[in-house]
Amino acid sequence: MSERAIIVVGGGLAGLMATIRICELGHPVKLFSYVPVKRSHSVTAQGGINASINVLGEGDSPQIHFEETIVGSDFLANQPPAKGMCDDAPNIVYLLDRMGVPFNRTPEGNLDFRGFGGTLYHRTAFAGATTGQQLMYALDEQVRRYEAEGLVEKFEYWSMQNILKDSEGRCRGIAALNMPTMEVVAFRAPAVVMAVGGPGLVFGRTTNSMINTGSAVIRAFKSGARFANPEFVQVHPTAIAGLDKRRLISESVRAEGGRVWTYKDGKKWYFFEEMYPAYGNLVPRDIASKVIHDIVVNQGLGPDGGRYVYLDVSHIDDDVLRRKLSGVLEIYEKFMGEDPYHNPMKVYPAVHYSMGGLWIDYNQMTSVPGLYAVGECDYEYHGANRLGANSLLSCIYAGRIVGAPAVEYASQELPDIADSALAEVVGREEQAFEEVFASDGEENAYLIQDEMGEMMDRDVTIVRENATLDKVAAKLEDLDAQAARIGLRDKGRRMNAEAIFARELRDRLLYAKMIVKAARAREESRGAHYKPTFPKRNDDEWLKTTLVDYSAEELKISYEPVDISLLPLRERRYDVKH
Amino acid sequence: MPKTVVLKIKRQAGPDERPHWEEFEIPYQERLNVLFCLQTIQRNPVNRLGKPTSAPVWDQSCLEEVCGACTMIVNNVVRQACTALVDDLEQPIVLEPLTKFPLIKDLMVDRKRFFDDLTKSKTWVSIDGTHALGAGPGCSQELQQLRYALARCMTCGCCLEVCPQYGLERPFVGAAVLAQVRLFNVHPTGAMQADERLEEMSKPGGITDCGNAQNCVRVCPKEIPLTESIAALGRQMVGYGLRKFFSKS
Ligand SMILES: Cc1cc2nc3c(=O)[nH]c(=O)nc-3n(C[C@H](O)[C@H](O)[C@H](O)COP(=O)(O)OP(=O)(O)OC[C@H]3O[C@@H](n4cnc5c(N)ncnc54)[C@H](O)[C@@H]3O)c2cc1C
Ligand code: SF4
Ligand code: SF4
Ligand code: FES
Repeated sequence: MSERAIIVVGGGLAGLMATIRICELGHPVKLFSYVPVKRSHSVTAQGGINASINVLGEGDSPQIHFEETIVGSDFLANQPPAKGMCDDAPNIVYLLDRMGVPFNRTPEGNLDFRGFGGTLYHRTAFAGATTGQQLMYALDEQVRRYEAEGLVEKFEYWSMQNILKDSEGRCRGIAALNMPTMEVVAFRAPAVVMAVGGPGLVFGRTTNSMINTGSAVIRAFKSGARFANPEFVQVHPTAIAGLDKRRLISESVRAEGGRVWTYKDGKKWYFFEEMYPAYGNLVPRDIASKVIHDIVVNQGLGPDGGRYVYLDVSHIDDDVLRRKLSGVLEIYEKFMGEDPYHNPMKVYPAVHYSMGGLWIDYNQMTSVPGLYAVGECDYEYHGANRLGANSLLSCIYAGRIVGAPAVEYASQELPDIADSALAEVVGREEQAFEEVFASDGEENAYLIQDEMGEMMDRDVTIVRENATLDKVAAKLEDLDAQAARIGLRDKGRRMNAEAIFARELRDRLLYAKMIVKAARAREESRGAHYKPTFPKRNDDEWLKTTLVDYSAEELKISYEPVDISLLPLRERRYDVKH
Repeated sequence: MPKTVVLKIKRQAGPDERPHWEEFEIPYQERLNVLFCLQTIQRNPVNRLGKPTSAPVWDQSCLEEVCGACTMIVNNVVRQACTALVDDLEQPIVLEPLTKFPLIKDLMVDRKRFFDDLTKSKTWVSIDGTHALGAGPGCSQELQQLRYALARCMTCGCCLEVCPQYGLERPFVGAAVLAQVRLFNVHPTGAMQADERLEEMSKPGGITDCGNAQNCVRVCPKEIPLTESIAALGRQMVGYGLRKFFSKS
């Protein structure tokens, strides 16, 4: 395939949609992915995708969807892109329907919709409780179709190591690692789209997949791509604890009537329903997680003093549960060994999603010309808190709108980038691996990872205190120093998972430092960022997007205004309808 | 209650290297799954003889049996390691890679051929474009349930591993691909290209290669109605054969 091909890195929903759009415009794509694209993290999404199609005649509209998204974001999302996304949502869901996603149906044969967090409308289209998987497969099939036509070339089990830049600072390709052979190769491209997903592993055990390493964005960041809003990390209120991961129990369970409770004074206490009569169990995630944390940690009201509350569906008809939620309940059953159809599930908040990511303009271009970002790795659309079922939407929307500008950008004539420039980047990456291969210190990268993850999860999630953040920042420096003294056990030159992991660990430590620094700086509470010392949203001083730029000495923080041109600021309330 | 867990793992540094067995012993914990055992070995890669070694390599992503990555042979049964709970397994827990795909390293194999066979079988809906063309065709709840049941296939390869007809050197595409062909042939729009898919499946490697051993359906973790789908496809094939015959004459 020619060097005309645009490179897409990542084959989750965002990357696959970008690939489809670029191919549809007649342009070839080289698609890189850590895992075979069909296994990307997006397959884990359970609940659904939002679109105000108003099938149930409730008077819903894209405008209401937009307003709820902005209120949900605590006004930190730029409004025009969020509006564009909500307006396009019905087209996106119809498109997915045409591609063959087996969405659940109404008796008339129309798309069925369920409720979700932060809204009182039934706006979420769903395919059982494995919606992400079904969306992924539909897009994967369309990409396969272009592959059969010769427009797509896949590089699976390849990991992006860095971007190539020319002397003008434009992105001109990538350097990537063929993981089975451990060979680093440079690829020229007229434009690069990063769709590498979220940074789950920075927080250790989360609801995310093991491939959410947070590494690729950091490589781009260190090569000059600006970051935005890293401090906004979503903690999902209902997950189940596991040794290897926290498994999500989707918001759709509450949307289908699941109730959250614990005991108080010997009686069942449905605390969400009491505190938020209007939205009840469907208050947005930032608020729900904070409430559960407070009840369990501060008030000590977890059942039997445990670190959980109950999520209960035992009052719902078995038949309904099987038709709409079996995919999620199956997970509970398989991993907890208990029947969730008839016993309340034990759940607790867990890190879930990153609202922050690479800074982009309204064409999804990062601060590096020719480098685009789409999906969970971009910072657009969700501000300080994402509403449920808006992520699948934003991934696909971003993939959809990036196509045209990326192809247009790629069509310009640029002076050739010299072979020597490619060789230099490859040499640098190879050198970095050689250093890892040569390391024979006493530290184990996986143990450092555990320490970082546990600390970030404990100290930098639902509640943030400046004094604690300072300690975490210092500890991250220690861990970084430790990470420089690892001893590599596997010296093999084939699929060396340990060497790859060890290098990525350093990226994650930098990601963690960035989150902590941005969180330390923001002296207010907004969405997922909550500081008891500054308990209120402070629009006068903090209605602004955090920007972070890399330099070897220190991370530089600055701010830019949020585009609030479409919806005036208002108080965010869920105890009453708004 | 055992205090430790013993694992016996087939190691192989690459496709051309000699395989060998290595045993590990790790502390027991409640609700331990096989993947966490492997993750534990990464944190202290010392084998049962007390000898430092490298940690085995395997494939993983979702850790909740929806991506299909971690498929391997656990105590002679092909399954996902993430849902293989230690409490349900005899010890030593014996782990081996899938045998019907090229080995990458240790427990990790390359299932590229499986994906390529899906491409070959044209299992997609040929949409006119991604622009706004309104809703798709209406669909009854019954048909949606059938399509959803088939669409949950996560390309894990369990059904291929146990199929006597499937192998590296043989053309048979296997049960999962046949079920996907059925899925697209029952989709109202997908059905418009049904004959193209049936043509592909009438070639060597297609449906006639199935020996009807029914091993596949017994191991599918997603309970995909595989043999029922092969039978349904067989019936479509008869119709296709007739159509082809009459269009020629
Ligand atoms: C359990 C769970 C349930 C969820 N449910 C919902 C829901 O119901 N509704 C909703 O809207 N959202 C949901 N979300 C959020 C949503 O699933 C994700 O935000 C979204 O899928 C991210 O998609 P993506 O395309 O950005 O990236 P991903 O799907 O994460 O894909 C990332 C891609 O990048 C590749 N990659 C990464 N690093 C590299 C590298 N270095 N080199 C090459 N390739 C690389 C990977 O191989 C992969 O292909 C859920 C999330 C979780 C964890
Ligand atoms: S029925 Fe038997 S031969 Fe046919 S696909 Fe299944 S296992 Fe293979
Ligand atoms: S049909 Fe079942 S066993 Fe076969 S690949 Fe699909 S999910 Fe796996
Ligand atoms: S890791 Fe995805 S199926 Fe086991």
